[in-house]
Amino acid sequence: MNLNLNRDPGEEVRAADPEPETAAATEPSAVEAAPDDALTAPREPEQEPQERGALGRDGELRRHSELHRRSRIIRSDLAHILCALSTLIAMIPLVLILFYVIYQGAGALNLDFITQLPKPVGEPGGGMGNAIVGSLMLMGIAAVIGLPVGVLAGTFLAEFRSPRLSWFVRLLADILSGVPSIIVGVFVYTLLVLTFKQFSALAGGLALGILMLPTVARTTEEMLRMVPDSLREASLALGIPRWRTIISVIIKTAGGGIMTGVMLAIARIAGETAPLLFTALNSRTWPTGIDKPVASLPVQIYQYAISPFDAWHQQAWAGSLVLVLMVLILSVGSKLYFGRKMQRAR
Amino acid sequence: MAGCITTKHLSASFGDIHAIEDVSVEIMANKVTAIIGPSGCGKSTFLRCLNRMHELVPGARVTGEVSWDGRNIYAPEMDATLVRRGIGMVFQKPNPFPLMSIEDNVSAGLRLAGGRMRKAKVAEIVERSLRLSALWDEVKNKLHKPGGSLSGGQQQRLCIARALAVEPDIILMDEPCSALDPASTQKIEDTMEKLKKDYTIVIVTHNMQQAARVSDMTGFMLSTEMGEPGRMIEFGLTNKIFTMPDRKETENYITGRFG
Repeated sequence: MNLNLNRDPGEEVRAADPEPETAAATEPSAVEAAPDDALTAPREPEQEPQERGALGRDGELRRHSELHRRSRIIRSDLAHILCALSTLIAMIPLVLILFYVIYQGAGALNLDFITQLPKPVGEPGGGMGNAIVGSLMLMGIAAVIGLPVGVLAGTFLAEFRSPRLSWFVRLLADILSGVPSIIVGVFVYTLLVLTFKQFSALAGGLALGILMLPTVARTTEEMLRMVPDSLREASLALGIPRWRTIISVIIKTAGGGIMTGVMLAIARIAGETAPLLFTALNSRTWPTGIDKPVASLPVQIYQYAISPFDAWHQQAWAGSLVLVLMVLILSVGSKLYFGRKMQRAR
Repeated sequence: MAGCITTKHLSASFGDIHAIEDVSVEIMANKVTAIIGPSGCGKSTFLRCLNRMHELVPGARVTGEVSWDGRNIYAPEMDATLVRRGIGMVFQKPNPFPLMSIEDNVSAGLRLAGGRMRKAKVAEIVERSLRLSALWDEVKNKLHKPGGSLSGGQQQRLCIARALAVEPDIILMDEPCSALDPASTQKIEDTMEKLKKDYTIVIVTHNMQQAARVSDMTGFMLSTEMGEPGRMIEFGLTNKIFTMPDRKETENYITGRFG
């Protein structure tokens, strides 16, 4: 330490000048050197008489590591700023959309809007009550269809490791998640609507359920894989049967994560429009049953938005705001609630 | 209550790896049997063959015979879950169920493997198991707290209590103290001493002092070369193995000449 102070500071800079080039290569050793120095520093005075040579090397090391440290800090700050900037850019559209929807929609949003049926053109007031209920209904049907099938498929992928079949199922899930939603709509249209000559909430829910299947299955698989094998062994070693282990230990442990995935999948399909045009169609009355056409927010927004009437445009904006709020509550709420549960599991 | 295990020409492998070969030993009831040997000699595999945990590893194969009180546990009519209920296991790393409370952790085996049971009866077993594993006094006021909130040593004793709650005959311990500090190790060794009155214990350890301290019988396993399967080199009274072993390899190992 003393030796270092006695040196000419100019020499120090000159000697170390070529160093920054190699800073990247020697970085790990520099990192190690720094805490080492800190550790030996207090002991130095005792060693001084015997180990001058070693101390000299030590001083040099300290000088280099100081320079490395500075260049590391600069590069770290640069990377930091770049990341922050990118995050900001990515968030701009989100914030703009949110604010614009609120700005346009808040004016037409009132109690009537969420409780009343739509009024004919020209009449003031009216709302999208039926579409809100319809959307919730469709999401419910989709969840009833997509959730058990998706969770069980994910469980199969994660727990019953038969390499070839799993590979095939995983491939199918990936292909399914890439199928445009309108194709799924047309598929359900031929399957249900044409067969029963009837547009229905059930058909809409089925289309949405199919759309959420791959997401739910893959999320479930990922979450179950995150459960450490030591828990499987702990359970099996107690003589707990395999099926019980999977249900009561593994799925339960991963439950928070799975539910977050399911909620995100539901939030994702809440805004689907295309498949509903072929299946649930639309309706101007309150839903009467799952075998009848039903209104939904996205379809209602779509129809009002392409209409030539200003009053309907207003309503479309208000509908958009309600839809955005629904999705936000669903995704943020589930993340907060189940995320905390997940934390405990680890 | 305690049971004995006899293995005859037991060999085990997973995939291409031949882990143990031709192990024949007699593990006596109400005794602590230690299995020692250098890393990779197949001690853990041997232990996992004794309660059919080995077969959970993909590509696992077992040949030979393991009998528990005269019944071959690998017989086709034997149910693996029943074997594991009678021959419990404690693992190297404490692995309590993270979402369950201390109480639920201990009663997990009862609730999930057994039939229905009265609440009072379950509570009684929970207390008895926790007392046996010397954890009761430390946790009796926070039984509803999550098992993960305990320290490492307490978690391991919780896992021992969990294994005891299903009332096994035999308890297998796979390096139960290797992740613990000396004080916790001491507590677990004391627990083992207490347990052997009612249970048979088989412990795998790479700590020879521990084997000498806690066990009545010791088996020394060794794989002579990399890739060679592990064999039981010598098996006998702990006193004899540590003072005048029959085999040169055993002597070399316990005197610290290798491994």
